[in-house]
Amino acid sequence: MKELIARLKKQFKITDEVYQKPDQTYITVPQEQAVALVTHLRDYEGFNHLVLLTAVDWIEENLFQLIYLLNNNDFKADLGVRVMIDRHEATMTSIHHLWKAAATYQRELKEMFGIDFPGSPRVDEPFILEGWDNIPPYRRDFDTKKYSEETYFPRPGRTTHDPAEYMKKKLYPED
Amino acid sequence: MKEEFEKRIVTGPDGKQFEVDPMKDYFCEDRPQVHQPNSNTVIEKFMNWARSESLWILGFGTGCGAIEMRPLMTPRFDAYRYGIQWRPTPRQANVFVISGYLSVKTLKRVVRSYEQMQGPKYVVGLGSCTINGGMYWDSYNTINRLDYYLPVDIYIAGCMPRPESLLAGFEQLKKMIKAGECEGQNKYAENFDWYKANQKKIIKDWDMPDYNW
Amino acid sequence: MSDASIYRDKFPQKNPDGTNQIDLENGKFIKIWQGPNHPGITGNMSLELVIQGDEVMECKTHVGYLHRGFEKLMERRRFIQCFPICVRIAVPEPDFNEYCLSATFEELAGIEIPEAAQWMRTLLLEMARLQSFLMWIGGQAGSFGMGVIGQWSNYARDLVLDRFEEITGGRIYHMHMTPGGVRGLAPEGFEKRMEENLVEIEMIMKDIQTTMFENAVFKKRSIGLGYIDPSWVYDYGITGPNARAAGIPKDVRKDYSYLKYTELDFEVITGKDSDAYTRADLRRREIHSSIDLIRQILAKMPKSGEYMAKVPNVLHWKIPKGETYVRSECTRGEFGYYTVTDGSGYPRRINVRGPSYTHAVALMEKLAVDCNIADTAGLMVSLHTYPPEIER
Repeated sequence: MKELIARLKKQFKITDEVYQKPDQTYITVPQEQAVALVTHLRDYEGFNHLVLLTAVDWIEENLFQLIYLLNNNDFKADLGVRVMIDRHEATMTSIHHLWKAAATYQRELKEMFGIDFPGSPRVDEPFILEGWDNIPPYRRDFDTKKYSEETYFPRPGRTTHDPAEYMKKKLYPED
Repeated sequence: MKEEFEKRIVTGPDGKQFEVDPMKDYFCEDRPQVHQPNSNTVIEKFMNWARSESLWILGFGTGCGAIEMRPLMTPRFDAYRYGIQWRPTPRQANVFVISGYLSVKTLKRVVRSYEQMQGPKYVVGLGSCTINGGMYWDSYNTINRLDYYLPVDIYIAGCMPRPESLLAGFEQLKKMIKAGECEGQNKYAENFDWYKANQKKIIKDWDMPDYNW
Repeated sequence: MSDASIYRDKFPQKNPDGTNQIDLENGKFIKIWQGPNHPGITGNMSLELVIQGDEVMECKTHVGYLHRGFEKLMERRRFIQCFPICVRIAVPEPDFNEYCLSATFEELAGIEIPEAAQWMRTLLLEMARLQSFLMWIGGQAGSFGMGVIGQWSNYARDLVLDRFEEITGGRIYHMHMTPGGVRGLAPEGFEKRMEENLVEIEMIMKDIQTTMFENAVFKKRSIGLGYIDPSWVYDYGITGPNARAAGIPKDVRKDYSYLKYTELDFEVITGKDSDAYTRADLRRREIHSSIDLIRQILAKMPKSGEYMAKVPNVLHWKIPKGETYVRSECTRGEFGYYTVTDGSGYPRRINVRGPSYTHAVALMEKLAVDCNIADTAGLMVSLHTYPPEIER
């Protein structure tokens, strides 16, 4: 894996590489190089299986982390390509031309995170939700408990006795 | 509202043009009525007995509780020996088993299927999700209380209930029908406006008539 | 009438990208919805089919009827609280969820699980595979009109569920694997009772072999149905039996061996013809392979010993910042969890990679086109899709 990363570093601005497992590595690339790197990996390095494409919301840093997890079945290795994109203008180049399955992931990301992929097929159609009029639900600033209590007539009588809070007070007062 | 439900001009296969208003043309606008029991108690008792002994369940697996329906249909638990069987269409069914949580998208289809069923009809809420939301009590997409949207006759608690408890629940339902206590359909007709208001509160794109005949 | 488009051509015009040109207003096509309330659909999802005659011209998959927002709910639960809800993601085989989630947490927190727990997990995963395939074979037969196979195979599945109940106390949801190991080992006499059941299941499988796989109706309808070209496998992200039936030996158990699969003797089962019949036959052979693996595990696994590693206080457990992906081979293909932690007591993000995600949406939409409408149910079941893992 290290040789591969060294080879890639000659062409792409790769930072933050994490060797998580012998067969799993995560790297970060700038947004404008991401699709080029993913295409390069697919065409020349044999990473031809898109395992998943998803996003992580780092609301504190005002960033979305997109992750393209690619798999090379000949060398039995995974490479996670992280891309940090701005949270307010969340737009990313689509990769539906590389993998047919990617269009579905991008539809889900558009709906659940509000990350736009212009040009991806059926990206604007609702995928999971129907008639949703709030902010995209997987964003960290969407409070699912508050929404549920306001909308769905909670049955009265649910009281919470959280043992974790009690234990924290007794055992770990310093945290 | 979806595009296909809007008023528009259509050219037929023979070249003639005509106006279509799907919400008016395809659906009936009548409200459901309350059905009074037969004035002769002997006949009413006989009819309740007949209703209770043929529970035909709509085969609509709305949630994960549907996985226990398969063992219930097959030799180990065999619900058919109690006169319980599954039907593919709402027109032939009279028991609606809400098998677990309902997401908003499914609730719309469930309301529609329930209203299409022939009366007298009964609703069985299966699992703790139908009672108070169960473990999805804080989810943004599942309802918490089923009895705000459909008239529930009996709940079977558990997550998920075992086939034995389902059989016990159906036996209990039979007893209740024989005693004439399952009046969910009439309750729905009496409190129709309240149920509709609750349903419309959470189903944002309501594109069907108020009652689906 | 001058407009020629209304007359019935044998085939509709093609768009440049190979899809059919659909005009719903000209009376030539009918749009019908298969599902969510339809006996010919797996679980609670729907297919929007446009048909001409009885041939499907266009198919769109609609999911979301079972969406509960697991990934959001797990973000506001402690690590140990994720386990009761994560099993609900794939209902017929919840054990793969438990395994993947606990493996990601263990990896990020640096916990090694004891030997006996690894064997126990392997046993549970194989039993889950066996019961899921038994249920599937009933569904596949039922979708081609053979109801009796489902009666037999579900009886066999109940036998496996009894053994699950013996170990874990639950029929469907077990929640037996928690971070650090398992909640307990097999009770006394378990091997004997399991062996009795396995013998009975093998007898039932023999009957199913003769009544289903040698049945002329089943052969006629399933051979040639839903052909998956081997070149699509990477394009569409196809994994599991669907890829193996196309002759591509992809099996996570062999390729990325986890738990105790290195010490077990099995081979990757592949097919050649890549149609619905090959896939069904491949899964039948998988059942026998699974039975064989359970026998091997029971012979090799330790009967006693430490089964839980030392885990910090689970109600006050903080996992350091990191991210990882753990995969396992479930009955439908590659099942994996991608977990991100940020050093707090809650996971930052958990993403579930279900194999049905690609099979039911992109692949199904392609395969259903030009298929007879009566065969769409059989095609759908032969891909072995399961909706809750698509939408979570």
